[in-house]
Amino acid sequence: MEGNEISVLSLEIEIKRKEMSLILDHVNHIYGEDTKLAVAALKDINLVIPDGQFIGLIGHTGSGKSTLVQHLNGLLKPTSGSIYFNGQDIADKDYDKKELRSKVGLVFQYPEHQLFEVTVFQDVCFGPKNLGLSGKEVEIRAYTALKQAGVKEELFQVSPFDLSGGQKRRVAIAGVLAMKPEVLILDEPTAGLDPKGRDEILGQIKQLQKETGITVILVSHSMEDVAEYVDRILVMNKGQVVYDGVPKEVFKHYEGLEKIGLAAPQVTYIMDRLNKEGFSLDTDATTIVEAKEAILKAFR
Amino acid sequence: MLKDITLGQYYQTESVLHRLDPRVKLVGTIVYIISLFLVNNVWGYLVAALFLAAMIKLSNVPFKFMVKGMRAILFLLLLTVVFNIFLTPGEALITVWKLTITKEGIRLAIMMAIRLSFLIIGSSVMTLTTTPNNLTDGMEKLMASLRKIKVPVHEIAMMMSIALRFIPILMEETDKIMKAQIARGADFESGNIMKKAKALVPLLVPLFISAFRRANDLAMAMEARCYRGGDGRTKMKPLIYKKADRIGYGVLIIYLIVCLSIGKIAELAMGIILGIMMVAA
Repeated sequence: MEGNEISVLSLEIEIKRKEMSLILDHVNHIYGEDTKLAVAALKDINLVIPDGQFIGLIGHTGSGKSTLVQHLNGLLKPTSGSIYFNGQDIADKDYDKKELRSKVGLVFQYPEHQLFEVTVFQDVCFGPKNLGLSGKEVEIRAYTALKQAGVKEELFQVSPFDLSGGQKRRVAIAGVLAMKPEVLILDEPTAGLDPKGRDEILGQIKQLQKETGITVILVSHSMEDVAEYVDRILVMNKGQVVYDGVPKEVFKHYEGLEKIGLAAPQVTYIMDRLNKEGFSLDTDATTIVEAKEAILKAFR
Repeated sequence: MLKDITLGQYYQTESVLHRLDPRVKLVGTIVYIISLFLVNNVWGYLVAALFLAAMIKLSNVPFKFMVKGMRAILFLLLLTVVFNIFLTPGEALITVWKLTITKEGIRLAIMMAIRLSFLIIGSSVMTLTTTPNNLTDGMEKLMASLRKIKVPVHEIAMMMSIALRFIPILMEETDKIMKAQIARGADFESGNIMKKAKALVPLLVPLFISAFRRANDLAMAMEARCYRGGDGRTKMKPLIYKKADRIGYGVLIIYLIVCLSIGKIAELAMGIILGIMMVAA
């Protein structure tokens, strides 16, 4: 990013602090700061994440995406820089971290590994119980969250360890949803799932976002996964945000994306190739459905 | 918190000790520990201290790093000192209520403190300069003759290297699960001891399950590569003694002789000096 853009951003921060949901201001993070093995995981991250956006955070393994999301709910502290949630600096001493963690829900990679309770329902109750809610409220929240995550009712009283991989993951996601977060962050929620399971989970998340209007940040290393669901894509490389924009715009940089070990969805390549072969197609298509429409249009 | 434990950790760097055959280091550590318990005079301890200092210097590992490992056994050290000071019978120096501090007690306490700290630092010099795999390889080779009396030497060594290999993995796993539960509002820090113990359930259950899962996967992966124990198994890097290793053994023998005889030599020297002074007078 260039210098003048940063100063614009800092002005933006001043004005919009109160209404914006998440703001990162010059955030740096260095692992093992005072050892020989110091690694800069985040370098000068500046971001404004407004309420209700569906964001795809893309990057290669080790690009810093998991480190970034752990900053958003205060699990990691920035080495320098600040993070504002709803206008408040989360590094403030009197800022309630527990409150923050209920508002910014983080679903880790392979979240099914954190299940521990005797039944599915009890496990989902863990989060709201920690918030100190009454028994009835806890149960209502767990029930709603399980429904939202698409877990069938007959599984509620089953041990979470008897479920299939996909079902476990839904239960784990429900465990975070039960905290009623305003911002939901999912770190590779589809890792290790088959295509059908992947589409189901992502579809469910999209629907949830539409219904409740929460902010969703979807971390992934695959453009294909996120292209059809998100409003905005952030591409990270070596601890920096290199592209930030709507999917169509970001995919136009497919050559740059390839350089950092990523790729645009295959549809982009097909459309590009067809155009080079002499068709005049609308290259904005990012999903298979859009591509189909564009190709049909060209033949009409 | 977990990262502070340096006891038994490997420190990556380049040094004579790092290159030494693990068998030499193992035998060396055992010899050193035995020497610490055989020595019973100041001169011997002095030699042991000098030897240890030389080894630390040779290892290229910062001294700070080793002292950090000591913190883990500080409590044990204090306990030993306190028990020795108060519970050794002998010539009483001070008596407070029912506790008596004796001259012998102080002597013993100092000796035990020195022994224990030298022992810990000495063995951490070994672990800091030897990778776990190398260490278990060395053990396997040293104990090879025990196979004749049906001791499963290879299996023991394999179990040890797997256990050591899993320590960092499980630590990472603990960190991950802890973070995941904190993200769900879990609180591992506040509350009394009962509450803290109860708060560990959401951490320990997933941790155990994941340890078993990993063990299962590893067993399967090993079997898929036809692992069947030590019979007829060859090594990619077999351990062979080189010149440096023979020198190492030589140094050890010299150390042991000097360490055990220096008391007598010092006594003799003192006697001679005294004798000369008497004659001169």
